[in-house]
Amino acid sequence: MLEEHAKVVQFVSLAGSVTGRKKLQKMVYIAKKMKFPFNEKYQFHIYGPYSEELTLRVEELCTMGFLTEEMEDKGSYVQYTYQVTDKGTNFSNHMCEEQQHLNEVVEVLNSKSARFLELVSTLLFFDELPKEERIQKVHVVKGKLKFTETEMNEAFSLIEALEEIKLNAN
Amino acid sequence: MDYATKKLAEEKVFKDPVHRYIHVRDQVIWDLIGTREFQRLRRIKQLGTTYLVFHGAEHSRFSHSLGVYEIVRRMVDDIFIDMPEWDESERLVVLCAALLHDLGHGPFSHSFEHVFDLDHEEFTRAIILGDTEVNHVLTRVSPEFPQKVSDVIAKTYENKQVVSMISSQIDADRMDYLQRDAYFTGVSYGHFDMERILRVMRPKEEQVVIKSSGMHAVEDYIMSRYQMYWQVYFHPVSRSAEVILTKILHRAKDLSQGNYQFKQEPTHFMAFFQNNIELEDYIALDENILLTYFQMWMQESDPILSDLSRRFINRKLFKYIEFDPANEYEKLSDLKELFYQAGIDPKYYLVHDSISDLPYDFYRPGEEEERVPIQLLMPNGKTRELSRCSEIVEAISGKRRSDHKLYFPEEVLLQDGTQKTLKKQILKVLRG
Repeated sequence: MLEEHAKVVQFVSLAGSVTGRKKLQKMVYIAKKMKFPFNEKYQFHIYGPYSEELTLRVEELCTMGFLTEEMEDKGSYVQYTYQVTDKGTNFSNHMCEEQQHLNEVVEVLNSKSARFLELVSTLLFFDELPKEERIQKVHVVKGKLKFTETEMNEAFSLIEALEEIKLNAN
Repeated sequence: MDYATKKLAEEKVFKDPVHRYIHVRDQVIWDLIGTREFQRLRRIKQLGTTYLVFHGAEHSRFSHSLGVYEIVRRMVDDIFIDMPEWDESERLVVLCAALLHDLGHGPFSHSFEHVFDLDHEEFTRAIILGDTEVNHVLTRVSPEFPQKVSDVIAKTYENKQVVSMISSQIDADRMDYLQRDAYFTGVSYGHFDMERILRVMRPKEEQVVIKSSGMHAVEDYIMSRYQMYWQVYFHPVSRSAEVILTKILHRAKDLSQGNYQFKQEPTHFMAFFQNNIELEDYIALDENILLTYFQMWMQESDPILSDLSRRFINRKLFKYIEFDPANEYEKLSDLKELFYQAGIDPKYYLVHDSISDLPYDFYRPGEEEERVPIQLLMPNGKTRELSRCSEIVEAISGKRRSDHKLYFPEEVLLQDGTQKTLKKQILKVLRG
């Protein structure tokens, strides 16, 4: 009961602030793929793994006053930044326990761009395929983004680094 | 003649209350409908537990799947045909994807997936790509064809326009289920002018867009969707049934993992309890089987399993109160403690539920590249996002509306007898 909401608050709190809904979506997805216990269901959308449940949960948390959402008009689109309120911090402390090593993962992810996280999360979405097929799949579904070989290598390195953090946690 | 283009000697039709008739000319479509995996959808209700509130809502995922197919068939055969932006070679793949998009839904899909941590889309892909009758039909088209159909449903297909016909914010799936659910629940909202929307749809490179002259028809569709969500899909009593269903499955799983001896071995569930699920286990389940188990579990010696099963079968659902987590979340710990003291296990009998626990979405333009919004095609050939043109859509998509409830067995708390004082205290806390 409300534990899933509390985990999202805790996640944003560890990040300090997260700029971009897409970025938050991908960060939680990557953490989930690293076996941190997030229960939001993800499906593949045009822009990579996306969870409607997470979107609704974040909206609920904003309405409850546990998260703030700052809106910035970028001309052709709007960008949102999320932070945790004092009330939200109390709520998360009350409702959920600390997750070992999650802070390290969140810190690493938050330092990356939304575009890069989109690449990482898409590679993780196809993690049952061999490496070459995963790369090929990314080029098919994200052809427009034209990811370079360097970005691909960086993405695989990040996945390895994150897996190591999680391995140490267990 | 090539199997992919082979037509039936005579067109077959299914009488349908929403579209009047579903038309089938393609041999491949006819063969897919006849497979055992597709026929299984007759035994999965489209709206899960909603029939316990709207008694007409007994329609199945079979009829919805045919409906989605029919809408897509009309798009490709009546509207898009001869349009330069439409690639006719995609016709069969999109028709098959429309027909099969819900193939992997399990019994009482949402609760079942939640308890056993499953994803119906993964099972849809597994059925299409595995050793199944559906796969055998698709493979007759070409060895790569099952993968193509699976990719369209998984939204990972290269041609995004094809994907958007089945999975976007105005797609054949939503257009069918809104009308079908409205028809079978008997509610008056949920209706919109689909004929008009189909006529103003235009295939573009990345997605299907709507001519701006059709904006009012789309507004009507968005309003229908909004009203159906609040009036039908989020109905608090149907959610109560869903809560109980979830708790039955949790209890049976917990008991099985604790080596409880069921009076009759729950053979259909064992793979799910042991998290060792084969595709055949999944296909073998349907709602009739679940309901049969619930009937049997009413006689179980475990008081929680038998009580919850009785509640579901006999519609003795939990009551609810509105709950404000922003100011009352600390109350939950107190309530849990009081429930324990009164001998009522809060794990099964005190449940918080909010709309983020439900599998539906609203229209929301969102942020750049978060998800694909509805685009209007303006007279100058450019596109504009719907809510930037429509005040009605802007008004309902910009507003947040949350809804939190606490479910509990009120009649148990009102009973005289043991723990009367404690129960009174619980009711007092619940009612504030």
